[in-house]
Amino acid sequence: MKLNTNSNSYIIIYSAVLVVIVAFLLAFVYQALKPMQDANVALDVKKQILYSLNIRDLDGAEAEAKYAEVVKEESEIDGQKVYQCVIDGQNIQVASLKGMGLWGGISGYVAIKGDGTVYGAYFNHESETAGLGAEIKDSQEWQEKFIGKKIYGDDGSVLLSVVKKVDDPSTQVDCVTGATLTSNGVDAMLKDGLKNVFKQSAAAPCCKTEKADCCQQGKSDDCCKEQADSCHHGKSCDKCKAGKPDCCQESKSKDCCSSETETKAKEE
Amino acid sequence: MALFSKQNKEVFTNPLNLDHPILGQVLGICSALAVTSQLKPAIVMGLAVTVITAFANVIISIIRNTIPNRIRIVVQLVVVAALVTIVSQILKAFAYDVSVQLSVYVGLIITNCILMGRLEAFAMQNKPWPSFLDGVGNGLGYAMILVIVGAVRELLGRGSLLGFQIIPDACYDFGYVNNGMMTMPAMALILVGCVIWVHRAYFYKEK
Repeated sequence: MKLNTNSNSYIIIYSAVLVVIVAFLLAFVYQALKPMQDANVALDVKKQILYSLNIRDLDGAEAEAKYAEVVKEESEIDGQKVYQCVIDGQNIQVASLKGMGLWGGISGYVAIKGDGTVYGAYFNHESETAGLGAEIKDSQEWQEKFIGKKIYGDDGSVLLSVVKKVDDPSTQVDCVTGATLTSNGVDAMLKDGLKNVFKQSAAAPCCKTEKADCCQQGKSDDCCKEQADSCHHGKSCDKCKAGKPDCCQESKSKDCCSSETETKAKEE
Repeated sequence: MALFSKQNKEVFTNPLNLDHPILGQVLGICSALAVTSQLKPAIVMGLAVTVITAFANVIISIIRNTIPNRIRIVVQLVVVAALVTIVSQILKAFAYDVSVQLSVYVGLIITNCILMGRLEAFAMQNKPWPSFLDGVGNGLGYAMILVIVGAVRELLGRGSLLGFQIIPDACYDFGYVNNGMMTMPAMALILVGCVIWVHRAYFYKEK
């Protein structure tokens, strides 16, 4: 039988059948592959966090093991995830960031040392132009420019920025050539994403434990506050911790903590 | 019919020579400009387009006699879009790194005019096997140009190929500077123009 492929009813039925077949096919593929995809996505997030901690070139199982070893605690505040990590005895916070690039969303992880400088950074994007905006993800060299930059000013504002012309090398990073808008997106993302982490760092775990100590020893709340402040002002938590017992026990002011820190630093 | 008859061979080699999709038919220029600032994405894009063109050609060729003439473009588009989506889902599950690489280009593949052009011009009139060869040939022809342009742009624009530094540090010490223009899309246009010039000069003399 020769079908009349140009009749209206044939066209309508044909397109309906085609669309239904394709829809079922796509739904089936999606459902069948979803568990594997989710596992891949979860692993990818862990890898990205490790990248931001300057641990690169690990595959599957290795990355999983390293992640479990390094990342101690995961917390979420206002939808922003912050990971507490310990590397070589150093406390490091990794903040997750989200922002807008030129064509779509961009994201990133910035690892922050106790003294408020960048330990490492990793950026990702959904659909930036390959070779230009995509460099924020592909260029390890560019990500490494962030290492050692100071993030916060004395008043707690975010100084870390991505600019076209670097005036202050201690806080600014050169933007990606040919990708000004993507770089601006990264800049906005850093400004937006890191300001909340700063508030949070006042209650970072080491300070929390200090607080617990203070309180257990029956010292005044001021002591705790001072301790928290000293962390707040970009003093290394580790150093404060080292100088802590005396400060707290003698209920000394923040100055004590910082002067102790300084003498410790000199000794070192 | 032999699988590699003379006719079939021509179907495969023509798009690599005279009937080249980019150089002869000037199709797929936009994506050729977009993804060639480095060699690696150019290769990935070239392979992806080759695979998708070949399989879309086969599918359309199988159902070519049932497709109503008036909605054939819609049917072609549905097939291509479904194929691209399925391939990207499978990659996401089994080769996550590649799928991340490809993510940007998936949309570009669906709208690639070489694909639609081959479906419309070849697969609608021919049997599945020649259609498959035609798809592979056109895809490779496209990939070839992407690789040439990508290699030149990455070499001159960044001094590297596939991310490995090629131009030695000594040259930079003598004052050699990477050509920033090469990383811009405008240079891709000029390079494609140069390739077309060479191609025509060669083949039209032969004719």
